Amino acid sequence: MDKKELSQRVVITVVGKDKVGIIAGVSNILAEENVNILDISQTILQEFFTMIMLVDIAHSKSDFSTLKEKLASKGKEIGVKISAQHEDIFSFMHRI
Amino acid sequence: MPFKSINSEEILETIRMVETENLDIRTITMGISLRDCSHPDIKILCQNIYEKITKKAEQLVRVGEEIERDYGIPIINKRISVTPIALVAEAAKVDDYVEIALTLDKAAKEVGVNFIGGFSALVHKGMTIGDEKLIKSIPQSLAQTERVCSSINIATTKAGINMDAVKLMGHIIKDTAELTKEQDGLGCAKLVVFCNVPEDNPFMAGAFHGVGEPETVINVGVSGPGVVLNAIRKNPEADFGELANTIKQTAFKITRMGELVGREAGKRLGVPFGIVDLSLAPTPAIGDSVADILEAMGLEKCGTHGTTAALAMLNDAVKKGGAMASSYVGGLSGAFIPVSEDAGMIRAVEAGALDINKLEAMTCVCSVGLDMIAVPGDTSAATISAIIADEAAIGMINKKTTAVRIIPVPNKKVGEMVVFGGLLGHAPIMAVNKFSSDIFINRGGRIPAPVHALTN
Repeated sequence: MDKKELSQRVVITVVGKDKVGIIAGVSNILAEENVNILDISQTILQEFFTMIMLVDIAHSKSDFSTLKEKLASKGKEIGVKISAQHEDIFSFMHRI
Repeated sequence: MPFKSINSEEILETIRMVETENLDIRTITMGISLRDCSHPDIKILCQNIYEKITKKAEQLVRVGEEIERDYGIPIINKRISVTPIALVAEAAKVDDYVEIALTLDKAAKEVGVNFIGGFSALVHKGMTIGDEKLIKSIPQSLAQTERVCSSINIATTKAGINMDAVKLMGHIIKDTAELTKEQDGLGCAKLVVFCNVPEDNPFMAGAFHGVGEPETVINVGVSGPGVVLNAIRKNPEADFGELANTIKQTAFKITRMGELVGREAGKRLGVPFGIVDLSLAPTPAIGDSVADILEAMGLEKCGTHGTTAALAMLNDAVKKGGAMASSYVGGLSGAFIPVSEDAGMIRAVEAGALDINKLEAMTCVCSVGLDMIAVPGDTSAATISAIIADEAAIGMINKKTTAVRIIPVPNKKVGEMVVFGGLLGHAPIMAVNKFSSDIFINRGGRIPAPVHALTN
């Protein structure tokens, strides 16, 4: 319903212990779902892996709820925490 | 990283606030006017009320859940406030309004909200016949319903204190406790007595849809003691100027989130957005406590000397940060100090650091009043009335909202524990002053408005 009103950009954050295949795991799902990755950054803080992705879900095959579930279950599988939130929450919280 | 101008640190900060510091939207409350539901026939009146609420709020819970999903911010409660029932029911030719309370309860269950507020009357200057019927229906109504909340305004700065109503409310609270004694007087947890009640408060149990409000409205209450607590803990060396600044910045962020959710909910529901209530509302969860914030400022236990000053600073800083973040601030907007709903307050009472007298002093500088306080079951109605009168006097003279939500727990004594469960938490029974206020309360009449009410 609200897809038209909201912009389609979503922030995906991945936090967890660093290991092989985190980026591949996440980006595979996004590719399968036809979600375009606009930007990506990663840091490692005290052996904690943090990745932040900005993606466009305008042409996503699944709706946002399903996509969130798929990402969350992938996170469980590889032992990291994955969340997906609409971009507005971040810009609204930190800026006027 | 070029997310407009948002950097990774800010993104992670938001995520941390939600994941580990209990940041959430405490409530989205839809205010619904029931003024067009009035009818002399109680059956038609109840039918009108039921139909209006279930139609207007049909999508409330679904939209709340959608926003929660889209933004990844938990929205704990979806609630409804309605026009004070005393106004809506006045024309009905019945002796009591219990049936209306049952209708509200049924409507709340139908749309899936956990509380509905507005079984209320405004009697600060006197009672109409409808007001009196409503007040006398409170004990049965709260005993027979699960989700209905009641509030009575017995004083304002402009009108003074209606001591007849204060006296009556002492008895009503006792009766409500008695009728719900199987659940340790739970009915009283859904009943608030106010001075200077706000008409757009989204928080229960005191929410109702005021007479100056639009047809329907969305009001939002934010939370976030955990976020403020962590911000303070990160600055152990800060002086009060720096500390106030840290709290302001944190309150700003919390409130922005409330503003976003309120606007979005209003847009999706096709209802105007009313206000954000900036209150720091604690929950029984560990780390979500206002008492912990006061202790983090350097007090060994909440309630010791210095607590009132700490709370005053916290309350003011929260308002200043919040006021910058939202175009429309309203409701209670300050720190809440409900004893049973705050793990740190409970600990302080158990340690003997916090008593009803210190809580009364604290209510002079924060947003509400004596909230969720359990007292012995044999506390007299006059003593409860006198506690209400004291709080009303603080509110009246200081031009602020004060309230009393007190539970005289049947058959329990000082030091025992009462468990209400869920957000209402658990509370140690606190001592009240053992000397009588009977003659004072029996005088009746109205305490005149203070001289500073003469502002025109």
